[in-house]
Amino acid sequence: MVTLRMRVNGVTRSLELEPWVSLLDALRERLGLTGTKKGCDQGACGACTVLVDGERINSCLALAVQYEDRDITTIEGVTHPIQQAFIEHDGFQCGYCTSGQICSAIGMLAEHGAGMPSAVTEPGASGLSEAEIRERMSGNLCRCGAYNGIVDAIKEVAR
Amino acid sequence: MSTTTTETKSPPRERAVGRGIDRVDGPEKTTGKARFAAEFPYPDLAYAALVHATVARGRITGIDVKAAEAVTGVLSVLTHLNAPVLKPAPARSMLDLSTMVSATSVNYLNTDEVHWDGQPVAVVVAESLEAAQRGAGLVEVTYQEFPAVVDFAAEEANAKPQPNSMLGAGSAKKGDAEAALAVAPVSVDLRFTTPPHNHNAIEPHATTAVWDGDRLTVHEGSQAISWMRKHLAYRFGIPERNVRMTSPYVGGGFGGKGSVWPGTILTALAARATGRAVRMMLTREGVYRTVGGRTPSIQRVALGAGQDGRLTALIQTSVTRTGKVGGNSESVAEAARHLYDAENILIQQNLVEMDLLPNTFMRAPGVAIGTFALEAAIDELAGELGVDPIELRMRNEPARSPLDGKRFAHRMLREAYALGAERFGWAERTPEPGSMRDGRWLVGMGVATAYHSSVQFTANVTVRLSADGTVVVRCGFQEMGMGGATVQAQIAADELGVPFEAVRVEYGDSDLPTGPMAGGSAQTASIAASLLSACEKLKGSVLALARRSGDSPLRGQRLAAVEARDGGLYRRDRPGAGESYEAILSRAGRPSVEAAIGSESGLGALAGQVRFMAKFINDQRRWVKAASGAQFCEVRVDPDTGEVRVSRWLGVFDVGRVINAKTAASQLRGGIVMGIGMALSEETLVDPRNGRVMNPGLGDYHIPVHADVPPIDILYLDEPDPTMPLGLIGIGEVSITGVAGAIANAVHHATGKRVRDLPITLDKLL
Amino acid sequence: MKPFAYVSAPDVATAVRTIATEPNAKFLGGGTNLVDLMREDIEQPDTVVDITRLPLTEIEELPGGGVRVGALVRNSHLAAHRLIRTRYPLLSQALLAGASAQLRNMATVGGNLLQRTRCPYFYDGASACNKRVPGSGCDAIGGFNRNHAILGTSDDCIATHPSDMCVALAALDATVEVESVRGLRRVPLADFHRLPGGTPHLETTLEPDELVTAIEVPELTAPSSYRKVRDRASYAFALVSVAAALEVTDGVVSDVRLALGGVAAKPWRARQAESVLLGTPATEESFRRAAEAELEPAVGRPDNAFKIELAQRTIVATLRRLSDGSFGDGSFGDGSRA
Repeated sequence: MVTLRMRVNGVTRSLELEPWVSLLDALRERLGLTGTKKGCDQGACGACTVLVDGERINSCLALAVQYEDRDITTIEGVTHPIQQAFIEHDGFQCGYCTSGQICSAIGMLAEHGAGMPSAVTEPGASGLSEAEIRERMSGNLCRCGAYNGIVDAIKEVAR
Repeated sequence: MSTTTTETKSPPRERAVGRGIDRVDGPEKTTGKARFAAEFPYPDLAYAALVHATVARGRITGIDVKAAEAVTGVLSVLTHLNAPVLKPAPARSMLDLSTMVSATSVNYLNTDEVHWDGQPVAVVVAESLEAAQRGAGLVEVTYQEFPAVVDFAAEEANAKPQPNSMLGAGSAKKGDAEAALAVAPVSVDLRFTTPPHNHNAIEPHATTAVWDGDRLTVHEGSQAISWMRKHLAYRFGIPERNVRMTSPYVGGGFGGKGSVWPGTILTALAARATGRAVRMMLTREGVYRTVGGRTPSIQRVALGAGQDGRLTALIQTSVTRTGKVGGNSESVAEAARHLYDAENILIQQNLVEMDLLPNTFMRAPGVAIGTFALEAAIDELAGELGVDPIELRMRNEPARSPLDGKRFAHRMLREAYALGAERFGWAERTPEPGSMRDGRWLVGMGVATAYHSSVQFTANVTVRLSADGTVVVRCGFQEMGMGGATVQAQIAADELGVPFEAVRVEYGDSDLPTGPMAGGSAQTASIAASLLSACEKLKGSVLALARRSGDSPLRGQRLAAVEARDGGLYRRDRPGAGESYEAILSRAGRPSVEAAIGSESGLGALAGQVRFMAKFINDQRRWVKAASGAQFCEVRVDPDTGEVRVSRWLGVFDVGRVINAKTAASQLRGGIVMGIGMALSEETLVDPRNGRVMNPGLGDYHIPVHADVPPIDILYLDEPDPTMPLGLIGIGEVSITGVAGAIANAVHHATGKRVRDLPITLDKLL
Repeated sequence: MKPFAYVSAPDVATAVRTIATEPNAKFLGGGTNLVDLMREDIEQPDTVVDITRLPLTEIEELPGGGVRVGALVRNSHLAAHRLIRTRYPLLSQALLAGASAQLRNMATVGGNLLQRTRCPYFYDGASACNKRVPGSGCDAIGGFNRNHAILGTSDDCIATHPSDMCVALAALDATVEVESVRGLRRVPLADFHRLPGGTPHLETTLEPDELVTAIEVPELTAPSSYRKVRDRASYAFALVSVAAALEVTDGVVSDVRLALGGVAAKPWRARQAESVLLGTPATEESFRRAAEAELEPAVGRPDNAFKIELAQRTIVATLRRLSDGSFGDGSFGDGSRA
């Protein structure tokens, strides 16, 4: 057993857990923060996306012990205009990938704002085109196929 | 004293039906508050994990659980040697629709027999998820292996004709299509193949089960809570009323959560054996190994035509598979029965039974893959004839159902194509393959017809109107993203003349009136039919209350003479004359009035079943009912590498009246996105040597990502279907049909290459 | 996941001392590969040494024009770094073509070097795999092998190395700096990964107690690019990828670096193609001949034979783009024009 502290949604939480517990399972099963979803548990769907010190990561491939003293934001700690934009643009159907999409979008907007490129960034370009959003959000799968609405929601907030 | 409102002061209230209202569960889903099946807390919760067989057919000869039991935190390892007894799954019968949820006939952990690679052979229950999964990895099983039939391609010759059933005819015939084909001036005779697919809802199947004596509560991501509840009661030998299943949110289903798969049963079994509340979320691999997907298919489509393009012969045959222990035959050639006015038609669907995990319903079973072959073949024939593919379809557009002359309840394909062609800019397409370019990209445009038959189930619904003007609609239906609660609230709001916001819809709980399953694109219409009746009944009751009062402006009025609006009932002949619900109910001293459709008694359920059958048979006799549409797509193909990108999409749908323009568009887009995956990248790899799924994960089974999906335009004809409640036709499945055909046709237009074997991966275009 | 002892190393000395003394210990970086493999019981370390707090996160310009990158620099940060974007576009592009943004935010440079194959039979405990269980056989050779290697394979293994970054590094003649209790040594990237031969379980020349601390990339003046071909537009491993740098002087190839991904158990430096190209006119014809020469020894199997042609076409396309300088026309399969 390891005892560790991390800040989750602005609150310092103390956890006692085995080192093989993932950050995702620690959030869901130990802290009761079930807004973060498990879709594949292998880094292939993005449903588990959370923000660590503002950066988006897949919490399923993160061991909780590695994140001692870090600042974790889950969907439960998110208050952002993108949430309303998701509703208005119908950026989800079943809602299961939504927490990950929203956290990912927030992380993505920060990355773009910091000038980080994507695989489709043309030299010298700085805008957030639809192609940019789609490429940058490709780590978040949506089987209901709500991609158009998600892109529209992000476009509106990025404007 | 009566409280009569005078002439309407505000402008007429906008009707809720038809508007693109935001989903009512949006706030829950965007804040992480929506609670899915694996998220119900229990103080004594234990976790379960499955051990899967690694042979396709055999008998367990040894099972060593010592190492698993030694893991700290492991409570129990359940195997066929120590598991509680379960009744075998009921055989499927149309006389009791709930038996449709029997996914397989295997009595898990009550047998030493193995019927597919992946069948659960043990369940490990532990204090933590980690301990359960660790334990599962340590169970050692030995098998006596038996020869197994696992190579689908090799079984083609052994396929047997598919029997006719109420769910679909295995074969059909008009004239002599083979003879007509042989003499047709222009013909194509083509072979198509499609691979197995998996639903891949992002929420893996999950169950939380807890026993209290002989009462069982199950939280499940389910598309069929009432049927599953009945199934569980039967398996565990307890009365149906002792089982409660809740399913407030379902993280995607697409057919994959419409049956009782091993995880559900075994979680309940583990809870019973350990006396603990038990949660089991399948691993993604576990979903592939224990939840069936779409059958692969081998299809032949042969078309004969005169030089004028009129079809003289239409043949579609198919081979699909089921498991030896379960599965559904699929109506692969369903669309061919209704789409083209051919003089001679031959349909023959065939089946092989295999030692594999049974297939199951997956979005537009049969039709999704059948329309790929049919619509690609039509395009090929158009090429042979030198006729525009839309024009060829219009020349063969039937006035009545071509096989049997039945009337179409609704048929607007001409309108769909005309509107689509204009919006999409079809006229700009140059017919010659390879003739369109954008920079270095090869550009292709393709079309295909979407078609999906329409059915309806029965639904029990209650509607309660309170004196404060609020309404509660109750029905145990399932919400997996279609927007069910939102659209039913819209319907109730209009029927009762109250604001949309005044209606709350309760669903997803077997304690509620029995709802329909979410399948066959039937849920919305099935509930709507009952909801309309319930609202009518409710208004009748309210009117009766009003009429009891001597000074009500409604006295002496019949229901037909009254309309519900502005939170009350008003006379049609004198718009200002009427009363608010509040006034009527408070005067009558009633806090609320309720109306119910359907009965929860055993007799009521039987009556419901009879009602369903009667309607089903009557509808089938009188009408061909279907949703349909025209799919337009544009692709770009990299001439060096063969990479295909879908760059534009337009779907024009005839789905009757659209209740919610926003959620309907989303659902239709969703089917198109799934169709894009089916066309270009999705394939479940079943190793033909041993029947083992070799890509059981989202890293290797490629569903479309954001970057694969262009803006998708959706248009509705929005013409109510006269035979359906409110004129609405279900939309869950029609949107995936035709998609792969349209893409195959566009790829051919871009490259000149015909790919008749899905998925259209780049290697097939090099 | 098998239980393990967890140690967080505060400095390199502690890290390498711990790995040297603890039997069956593994370094853990971003976890994007190792945690997954541990969950599948493919990796079962008794001790996990967390190195994410080591101060190996610098990106420094070297005298003489090269760049030194600390092993714990995360993929996303390396891809976004000004030096990398301007001087080594192929490296930035390769990194951005890999995985997803979330994974790139986690994955480290050192870990990327040590990624293990994505062969499904390697991942599946019920299948035979010489890499996972030496001597057990290879189910991929008569099985599904669409994603598998065509170059440098053996009768024991046809798995590929899945990294994009490494393909760029191979083209760049990068050097890997490794440290252990015995001291520091430098390994040319070309010698870092191994071909399978009869020992497919040995994937690198790294000793079990050695820690990757940095990579060094020499100066590159030629225009460069990375082209990845895969089964969907993003978030998929390469079927084939090409890292290329090409300098054309007076119509003649004066400098060329070429490496292939998705075709071998290591990032495949295309020396044969380079030697054909150097000094020849920068024409489609030369590119095609060079590509053919490189793929001449390739062995295809039923599912992956297409890679031989695909690799050649992708080489030609990438060199063509570099020689005519026509980037940014959306022709790189990113769909951005679409």
